[in-house]
Amino acid sequence: MAKITYIEHDGTQHVIDVKTGLSVMEGAVKNNIPGIDADCGGACACATCHVYVDAAWKDKTGTPSSMEESMLDFAENVEPTSRLSCQIKVSDELEGLVVRMPESQH
Amino acid sequence: MQPQDSKVVIVGAGHGGGLAAAYLRQYDHTGLIVLIGEEPIAPYQRPPLSKAWLKGEADAESLKLKPDSWYAENNVDLRLSTVVSEINRGARTVILSSGEVIGYDHLIIATGARARALPIPGADLNGVLELRTAADAERLKAAIGPGKKLAVIGGGYVGLESAASGRALGAHVMVIERESRLLARVACEVLSSFFQSYHEKQGVAFELGASVEALEGKDGHITGVRLADGRLIECDAALVGVGAVPNEELARDAGLECTNGVVVDLDARTSDPHVFAIGDVTHRPLPLYERNFRLESVPNALDQAKHAASAIMGRAQPAPEAPWFWSDQYDLKLQIAGIPFDADAILVRGDVASAKFAVFHLKGDLVQAVEAVNAPPEFMMGRRLLEHRTPVSREKLADTTISMKEVAV
Repeated sequence: MAKITYIEHDGTQHVIDVKTGLSVMEGAVKNNIPGIDADCGGACACATCHVYVDAAWKDKTGTPSSMEESMLDFAENVEPTSRLSCQIKVSDELEGLVVRMPESQH
Repeated sequence: MQPQDSKVVIVGAGHGGGLAAAYLRQYDHTGLIVLIGEEPIAPYQRPPLSKAWLKGEADAESLKLKPDSWYAENNVDLRLSTVVSEINRGARTVILSSGEVIGYDHLIIATGARARALPIPGADLNGVLELRTAADAERLKAAIGPGKKLAVIGGGYVGLESAASGRALGAHVMVIERESRLLARVACEVLSSFFQSYHEKQGVAFELGASVEALEGKDGHITGVRLADGRLIECDAALVGVGAVPNEELARDAGLECTNGVVVDLDARTSDPHVFAIGDVTHRPLPLYERNFRLESVPNALDQAKHAASAIMGRAQPAPEAPWFWSDQYDLKLQIAGIPFDADAILVRGDVASAKFAVFHLKGDLVQAVEAVNAPPEFMMGRRLLEHRTPVSREKLADTTISMKEVAV
């Protein structure tokens, strides 16, 4: 379990306890947090679960796969801290994680 | 009455129906939502049924769109194992098979599509399977253990994904297709032959251009598939994946306009302003292609769930999106954007033999569709070029040393 703060583009914050083993995307979707659509349900096929991970969490959230990197490389509103939240697995290590959402996922 | 207070009834608790309820709540709709589904479980994702779930890499809980508790917590009256027998548009009610009458201010029809049945002898034998629901998937999973023989009738996505999962579980798989190539209805020839040879390398056998005459059995259980040329393909189970037909009967009986699906506009509104329809059951406008079409895909169901929820709430509609699709087979990720309507040329970028390439369907210098295998940049950028109607240079597009970011004219 980890407490994760999801921040919508307009600044609205949602603090959610997300179970270990789920992805950061699933934590948002199962709690109906706006701004993470996850069209493909976590298949790394759509880039509609794009988030910015605060720099302090870069190491703990792991390294993106080459598939994720190339999806992100061509997504809109990309920044160096961009990740696909379906590819970040939640563990106790991520207690306090903060992710922000881009203006649009499409 | 304010839009947020309206009572919304959603008929069909699949991916589209479930998300229509979710988007209404995201858009601050607070009125009662009644979500009615015939299946015994809350809305879940269907795509993994032929992929991760079938291979045991995802469990039933992870497939659910929302936890079971979400519905009550959000004032969504979820009615499972419940059949709607009639829509009375004059009274603005739906009538359940139990006789119960439920009134609505807005109705969303999200009844989806059902597997097309094979009109041949033996189709009702045990072991003749289809794949639309979690219950179907349970039966398929039970039928494809190591050494089992699975006949797949129909070489479309459901058939090929199940074939790949069947091989992963150690089953012998034979795919029988009526057309002379796989994916004939949904992909180009380059992809058809690529997927065929990839599956063959994984041990899947094919019978193409083969019509199925009958399914034969013993003691009520299938034992083989009889082809028109007289041969018998022995099997322990047969998966029939020969397309889907829209569940439009409720809408048609209620007098709503239907043409291979319930006809809707870009707000997902039917010919009755109080009634919306979303997902596989709809015949919808595709502005990019200046025509109407029925799509069978999750992204389309999501797209229209947003359209209906936005229209009900009087919100601005999200930007129009190109239709898109994906499929996972073995280590292949297929991503398709657009539909090759009106295309006059096909251009292959990348190396088909190395299983990393994309097929672009062009109309002049415009991208109509892109089919990308293990090629996310081509999919992502191709989709953007397609949506923005950006002209591209064919020379640059064919040259993989030039980035997808540089292929515009």
